[in-house]
Amino acid sequence: MVQARNHFELLGVAAAYAVPAEALDRSYREIQSRVHPDRFAASGEAERRIAMQLATQVNEAYQTLRHPLKRAIYLLGLQGVEVLSQTHTAMEPAFLVQQLEWHENIGEARAARSTARLESLRAQLSVEKRERFARLANLFGSGALQPAAEAARQLLFIDKLEQEIGDGIESLEDL
Amino acid sequence: MALLQISEPGESPAPHQRRHAVGIDLGTTNSLVATVRNGIAGILNDEQGHPLLPSIVRFRADGSVSVGYEAEIERARDPKNTIVSVKRFMGRGLRDIAHVENSPYDFVNGPGMVQIRTAAGVKSPVEVSAVLLQELRVRAERSLGGELVGAVVTVPAYFDDAQRQATKDAAALAGLNVLRLLSEPTAAAIAYGLDNAAEGIYAVYDLGGGTFDFSVLRLSTGVFEVLATSGDAALGGDDFDHRLFCWALEKAKLAPLSAGDNTLLSAKSREIKEYLTHHAEARFNAKLGSGEVVDLPLSQAEFWEMTRHLVAKTLAPTRKALRDAGLSVADVKGVVMVGGATRMPHVQRAVAELFAQAPLNNLDPDKVVALGAAMQANALAGNRAAGEDWLLLDVIPLSLGLETMGGLVERVIHRNSTLPVARAQEFTTFKDGQSAMSIHVVQGERELVSDCRSLARFELHGIPPLVAGAARIKVTFQVDADGLLAVSAQETSSGAQASVAVKPSYGLSDERITRMLRDSFEHAGDDLRTRALREQQVEAQRMLQSVEAALEQDAALLDAAEFAGIRACVNSLRTKAQCDDHRAIKSAIDELNRATESFAGRRMDRSVQEALTGRSVAGI
Ligand SMILES: Nc1ncnc2c1ncn2[C@@H]1O[C@H](COP(=O)(O)OP(=O)(O)OP(=O)(O)O)[C@@H](O)[C@H]1O
Ligand SMILES: [Mg+2]
Repeated sequence: MVQARNHFELLGVAAAYAVPAEALDRSYREIQSRVHPDRFAASGEAERRIAMQLATQVNEAYQTLRHPLKRAIYLLGLQGVEVLSQTHTAMEPAFLVQQLEWHENIGEARAARSTARLESLRAQLSVEKRERFARLANLFGSGALQPAAEAARQLLFIDKLEQEIGDGIESLEDL
Repeated sequence: MALLQISEPGESPAPHQRRHAVGIDLGTTNSLVATVRNGIAGILNDEQGHPLLPSIVRFRADGSVSVGYEAEIERARDPKNTIVSVKRFMGRGLRDIAHVENSPYDFVNGPGMVQIRTAAGVKSPVEVSAVLLQELRVRAERSLGGELVGAVVTVPAYFDDAQRQATKDAAALAGLNVLRLLSEPTAAAIAYGLDNAAEGIYAVYDLGGGTFDFSVLRLSTGVFEVLATSGDAALGGDDFDHRLFCWALEKAKLAPLSAGDNTLLSAKSREIKEYLTHHAEARFNAKLGSGEVVDLPLSQAEFWEMTRHLVAKTLAPTRKALRDAGLSVADVKGVVMVGGATRMPHVQRAVAELFAQAPLNNLDPDKVVALGAAMQANALAGNRAAGEDWLLLDVIPLSLGLETMGGLVERVIHRNSTLPVARAQEFTTFKDGQSAMSIHVVQGERELVSDCRSLARFELHGIPPLVAGAARIKVTFQVDADGLLAVSAQETSSGAQASVAVKPSYGLSDERITRMLRDSFEHAGDDLRTRALREQQVEAQRMLQSVEAALEQDAALLDAAEFAGIRACVNSLRTKAQCDDHRAIKSAIDELNRATESFAGRRMDRSVQEALTGRSVAGI
C-alpha cells in the first residue's frame, strides 16, 4: 500500500537532496489530480475517506520535499540522523554569538517601530540563508551527514529569526 | 461578461442524465444560486426575474416567514423580527459582534453561538441562514425541474472552523447535500481563470457586505492553486454604512433613536454610500418617526476621508498574504475585484496604488462567486469529462493549535497549509499517575490562548498510571477539503483512544440539528421520512453505479472471495433499495462501503502508480 512508501517513493523522485523541482511539481499535480477528494465528492464514504487520507499524505510529501530545509531534515532522518533530537551536540559557539546579535537587532528594530529596519534585517538574513543552503547541498553531495545536520540546525535557527521579523512587521502593520 | 463555453453541447451527458448541481453564494447582503447548463454557467433568477436574493428574513408571530425583497420591504415596519446580515453572527458569540448597541435585535447570549429572540421564537443564525438556503434550493429545483444532487456553498476564505461548521449545518438544515464548502475568492478565481484562460500569479480582492478576503493564487492549465489567503471576517460595506450612520447622528445631533429610525438611517446610509460611487455630491435626507427632518450635504471627498481607515484596514491583510506566499506586488499579474463594495472609487484607487496596476473589473462583482461555485459544483457532481477537469488546491486560512501550560498555544497546523492536511503532536503527563488529560483546541495566530478562538475541549481518559512525563499522548488534527477539523487523541503506549470530531463549542449539537430539520420539513409540508427515503435511494443508486463500474474495470485487483463478498453486498443493496425503509437502505450502503474499502484503496494506489509511470491522461 501507499502508506508504506516514503515521500520520495510516493512522488516518484530519487531520494537525494537535489530534487528536480519541475518533475516534483509535475508528479505532485498528476497524483493529486487522481486522488484529491474533489474527484470523489460524489462517491461513497469509503472512497471519500481514502481519498482524503491519500491526498493528505501526498500534500505532506510534497510540502516536505519542496521545502529545502524540510527536505534536508527528512532525508537525514531516512539515513538515521535525527536533526531535531534532544541529544544533539552543542551548536558552534560562534554561531550562537551571531544568533544573539541578530536577536538583539530585531528587538531594537521592533522597539524603534521601524518596518524599514526589519525589512533590511530580513534581506541580510536571506543572504545568510542562501549561503548556508549552498553549503548544505555541498555537504550532502560529499556525504558528510553530521556536518549537514549541523547546517540544518543552524538554518532552523535562522527560520525562527525570520519568523520573528515577520511577526514584528505584522504587529507594526496591525496598528 | 463573456460566455463560458466549456464543452460542446453534444459531448456533455444527455440532459436527463445530468445531475443537477448548483453553486450558492450565501452573502452577508445578497445571496445567489447558479448552475451550469449546456456548458454555460448562469444565475438562476427568481420568478420575478431577480438574480439576487437579499439576505433578509422576517419571522412573524404566526410562524410564517418572509424572505428576500419581501422581507426588505417589511423591515422598516418590523425591524426587531427582520434579520439582516445574519452572516455576521454565524459561529459567533455576543461579545464577538461589533455595534450590537445599534442593532434592533433581542439577542440571547449563551455559551455558544448568539441567538435572536423573534416573534416566532428564539432563532439561531444557523436557522436564519437555512431559511435563505432553502429559498434558493426551492428556486433551483423549480427552475431545473428536479431534485439537486448537491451544492457547493461558498464561505469567506477567512472564515474559521466555527463559522464554516455553522454554514455547513445551515445547508444540511435547508435539505442540501453539500458537495464542498468553497472559499469565495477561490470561486471567483475559477470563474475568472476559466473565462480568461489566465495563467500566472493572480490575486483576488473581495470586499463584500460584511467580509473581506484576499487570496493569492497560481493559475496554470488545469490547476488552481491558492498560495495564501488572508482577510477580516468582520469588515465590509456594512462598516462604511455604519461610519456614515455615525457621522449623520453626530452632525444632526440626534438623540438616541428608536429601532425604526435606526433601521431607516442605516438603510439611508447605504443608499448614500452607493450614490456617492457615481456622484460627487449627495444629500443625506430622512424624516424620522417624530417628524424631525435630517438633511445634510455630503461630498464624495468627505465620504472618502471619513472611511479612509476602513480602506487602509484591507491593505494590511493584503500585504500579509503576499508575504506568506513569499511574493511581492510586482509578481502579481492581475488583481480580480470581487464584491459590491469594490465599486467604491477610493477602494479601486487604493488597490491600484498598492499593486501599481489597474485592477480587473471585467466580471460582475455581485455574481462571479456564485458562477465559480456553480462551475465547481458541476465538476464535483461528475458532469465533466475526464481531462477537461481541473485540480483545485485550497488552503486553511488560520492556524490550529492546542493549549499548553501557562495558557500558551502550541501551533499544530500552520495557516496557508494546502488542504487536506493532517499533523500529529505528542504530549505527556505532568503528574505521576495522571490518568486523564484535557485537550483544548484553538484557532488563530496569537500566542495566548485567550487571544485565539476556542474550538473545542475534550478529555482523554484511561491513561495508564505512569510517572510524570512517561505517557505519550498523540493528538492528531485532520483538516478536510472543506477546511473542517477533526481531532483525535491516543495514548500511544497503551492504545487508549479518544476520538472526537471537533464540533466547535460555538456550533449546534447534532440532536438540535435533527430537531430543527424535522421542524423545518414539517413546516414545508414535506415529510422528513419521505425525504430521508428519497435521499437514501439516490445514494444507493449512486453507490451501485460506481461499484459496478469499478468491478467492471478492476475486478483483477480482487481475489475470488473478495469479489464474491462485494457482489453479495451489491445484490443485497439492490434488493433493499426497492423497499421503503430508509434505515435498511442506509445500513446496506454502509456495508457495501465497508466491503469495498480496501478495493477502493487498491484502485487509488494503482492510479498513483500509473501517474508515476507516465501512463497519464493528457492535460496536466
Ligand atoms: N455602487 C456601489 N457603491 C458602493 N457600494 C456598493 C455599491 N453596490 C453595492 N455596494 C455594496 O456592496 C455590498 C454588498 O456586496 P456583495 O453583494 O458583494 O456582498 P455579499 O456577498 O452579500 O457579502 P459578503 O461577501 O461580505 O458576505 C453592500 O455593502 C453594498 O452597499
Ligand atoms: Mg460575497
